[in-house]
Amino acid sequence: MIDITRRFLPALFAASAAFFVLGPLPEASASSGPDVSHFKLANGLEVVVIPDRRVPVVTHMVWYKVGAADEQPGKSGIAHFLEHLMFKGTEKNPAGQFSKTLATIGGQENAFTSSDYTGYFQRVTKDRLKMVMEFEADRMTGLKLTDEAVLPERNVVLEEQNSRVANSPAAKLGEDIQAALYLNHPYGRPVIGWRHEIEKLDRKDAIDFYNRWYTPNNAILVVAGDVDANEVKKLAEETYGKVAPRAEIGPRLRPQEPEQRTVRTVMFADPRVTQPSLQRSYLVPSANTAKPGESEALEVLSQILGSGNNSRFYSKLVMEKPLATSIGAWYQGTALDDTRFGIYGTPRANVTLKDLEDAMDAVIAEIVDKGVSNDELERAKVKLVADVVYAQDSQATMARWYGAALTSGLTVESLKTWPDRVQKVTADQVRDAAKKWLDKRRSVTGYLVKDLPKPEERRS
Amino acid sequence: MMHFRKFAIAGAALATSLLLAPAAQAVTKIERVVSPGGIEAWLVREPSVPLIAMDFSFKGGANQDPSDKPGVSYMTAATLDEGAGDLDSKAFQERLERNAIELSFRASRDELRGSLKVMTDKQKDGFDLLRQSLTSPRFDQEPVERVRAQMMTALKRETTSPNDISSRLWWRTAFPGHPYSQPTNGTLESVPTIVSDDLKAYVGRVLARDNLKIGVVGDIDAKQLGIVLDQVFGALPAQAELRTLPQAKLQSVGKKLEVELDVPQTVVSFGGLGVPRKDPDFIPAYIVNHILGGGSFSSRLYNEVREKRGLAYSVYSYLLPLDATALFMGGTQTRADRANETVGLIEEEIKRLAENGPTQDELDKAKSYLRGSYALNFDTSTKIAAQLVQLQMDDLGIDYWERRNGLIEAVTLEDVKRVAKRLLDGGVLVTVVGRSQANGAKQGG
Repeated sequence: MIDITRRFLPALFAASAAFFVLGPLPEASASSGPDVSHFKLANGLEVVVIPDRRVPVVTHMVWYKVGAADEQPGKSGIAHFLEHLMFKGTEKNPAGQFSKTLATIGGQENAFTSSDYTGYFQRVTKDRLKMVMEFEADRMTGLKLTDEAVLPERNVVLEEQNSRVANSPAAKLGEDIQAALYLNHPYGRPVIGWRHEIEKLDRKDAIDFYNRWYTPNNAILVVAGDVDANEVKKLAEETYGKVAPRAEIGPRLRPQEPEQRTVRTVMFADPRVTQPSLQRSYLVPSANTAKPGESEALEVLSQILGSGNNSRFYSKLVMEKPLATSIGAWYQGTALDDTRFGIYGTPRANVTLKDLEDAMDAVIAEIVDKGVSNDELERAKVKLVADVVYAQDSQATMARWYGAALTSGLTVESLKTWPDRVQKVTADQVRDAAKKWLDKRRSVTGYLVKDLPKPEERRS
Repeated sequence: MMHFRKFAIAGAALATSLLLAPAAQAVTKIERVVSPGGIEAWLVREPSVPLIAMDFSFKGGANQDPSDKPGVSYMTAATLDEGAGDLDSKAFQERLERNAIELSFRASRDELRGSLKVMTDKQKDGFDLLRQSLTSPRFDQEPVERVRAQMMTALKRETTSPNDISSRLWWRTAFPGHPYSQPTNGTLESVPTIVSDDLKAYVGRVLARDNLKIGVVGDIDAKQLGIVLDQVFGALPAQAELRTLPQAKLQSVGKKLEVELDVPQTVVSFGGLGVPRKDPDFIPAYIVNHILGGGSFSSRLYNEVREKRGLAYSVYSYLLPLDATALFMGGTQTRADRANETVGLIEEEIKRLAENGPTQDELDKAKSYLRGSYALNFDTSTKIAAQLVQLQMDDLGIDYWERRNGLIEAVTLEDVKRVAKRLLDGGVLVTVVGRSQANGAKQGG
């Protein structure tokens, strides 16, 4: 198998796919796996502790419940730009101090932004945990920005946009599919922002966004590794516990989608396209917005329809009828609001996009019509539950799953019961999910081509 | 959707066998296991997670491709899990999935590498499927044609990708006539000509016991593992028939080659001679590279190109020791209208470090980083298994993790100054792909 060609995802999505395609699945069952603790400090900071005592290392993360979907219209990209600027120093620790200290002690660090959350992390030996907590608590409210730091960093972000999007035809199409899918919800905006708006973001925009959202009562601390809950609680109280809340945080209400009723298509032509391809996104419920059992069924559906060599798509349209070189499906279950279920495919050299799309639609129609087999259902469940076990091998993965889930409306309890709920999914529920949600009127299909069709072709 | 502040860099892979903290040694004791049949593996027992991770490597890789058919090893790796023994591709893949077994193969310039991850209670199936894929792969027509079509699609896509154009041009120019000049994943001309007999011949020559290194982590003891090793690998031929790999002589150092492509961001690759893994200067060279463009937010290149001037999102350098040469490599993606400035800055930083060497402060911090970050390489079974193989491939000794700290500590300012000159004074070959500077001003896209 060649993963890269089989799983051709838009670049912006690819980074998250590794973590979220499989949805929220941190524990094999409530009885096995790590003993996860969850508590709150007096200032409102939530804390999650995930012990893994194998090596004397910890993964320390702070997640803010704010992302690109919380930006004001016209200021797209500010959540991500602020994430970069959080490395530019505070009153107490001037620019570069935190990173230099980490570089000296051999710590790793990074940060990330999504539509729903912004996170910062360090990986250090356990004796350094308190130190990174002190630094991170300090920049929770102490950020200090100057134009000398802000303006070059804006250029860095513009180069990041070039790397991720502007240099990649598939990523450009991916952005436009998402923009077309969301008629009203801010999920339609790219996380990195629209280039013309990034170019105008400034110091004041960043500080305003920071003052509004960065406060202990809007944050979750996740510590995974060689620690226990009491230790972390004590350290958290000595560091983060001293940060006073500075903003009222209301419920996270974004404009929601109206009834979706039109089949939409978009087409992007670029001379660099060597092989046409298609991607389609459907608007579907997330783990947070779905009715009980529905998100789990979508998860199983994405597995059966389009994950791996045994999926319907791959076995029928790559192996049996050789129409595609790569094909697949994904479901981004972890999201605060209604989310996306995606399918994608690249036809073989002598196959048209239309032929491949028709064949993909026929595969979906067959599931809607006849459902899935018990064997397929079982294999999908084994795979999804095994991923939970494998995740326990990595403290960083565990920390990510908890952080992403808790900033997307889910609870520790819902994560613990996730494998049991997957086990309960029936073949009927999978068929019903396909029937209800894989409705083209709730979707946008995007075509990536070398040249736009000539006018007469378009009329026909 | 997720935006990382910085890409992980290729050089990080080298950290595997390098770093050390006393704390980590205690929990990562390596056992040398030799099976009744004489097959060796290095084992780290880890009973607390119910899985077994096995990594293995056959020396050879793409450098053993027939000279007129680059891509054979890559295609072999992509097809080994597509049917074996009595199981056709579909049956094989279904059995993997039914037992949640993760099995993968990949070819690089000098090795064919494989990884198996399996839950402890499914290990029988896991080891059996691995055995079959190595000792009786089928290479049926359907999967071979399918993989070929996938490779061709990827190769076509590479023809308009600035990163691939730059990297291919670099290797082609650096090593004309040598296997390293050929792309691991083949060419648009070679891939259509590869037949399943080529894959079978490759397996027959390269997958053997004397060029095999194995690393295992998980809930399995030495005795059990010994039995498994004979079952899985026992039927392989005793000796590989590897063609001699000639030394690769780096050409065109000092040249800068440009390719025009209408993309908003320019891609730059550079590389010169490095230091072999077993050379006493390797560790000082690793420290010098860490200071220049290695893996932290504090390297000289990061500071000059990104932090101070905002010219790029990613800029990095790394050491790449290979079987037939040793390289010092790096790259960046930078704004088209200032690409020359970026390349100039990188060249200037390389020159400055070659001439003056690092400062004492930089050396101290780099050592401290290498000491402290070591333990971070040991927090997952799969990471440890990969390192067990790398230690053996590099022939560093089973006690290397214990000696490592001392080797780093022993490096002096004189050492890094001398090695900075050795590493960085020889010049680099640069390839640049993007809009010409005259048109570069039109940003965006």
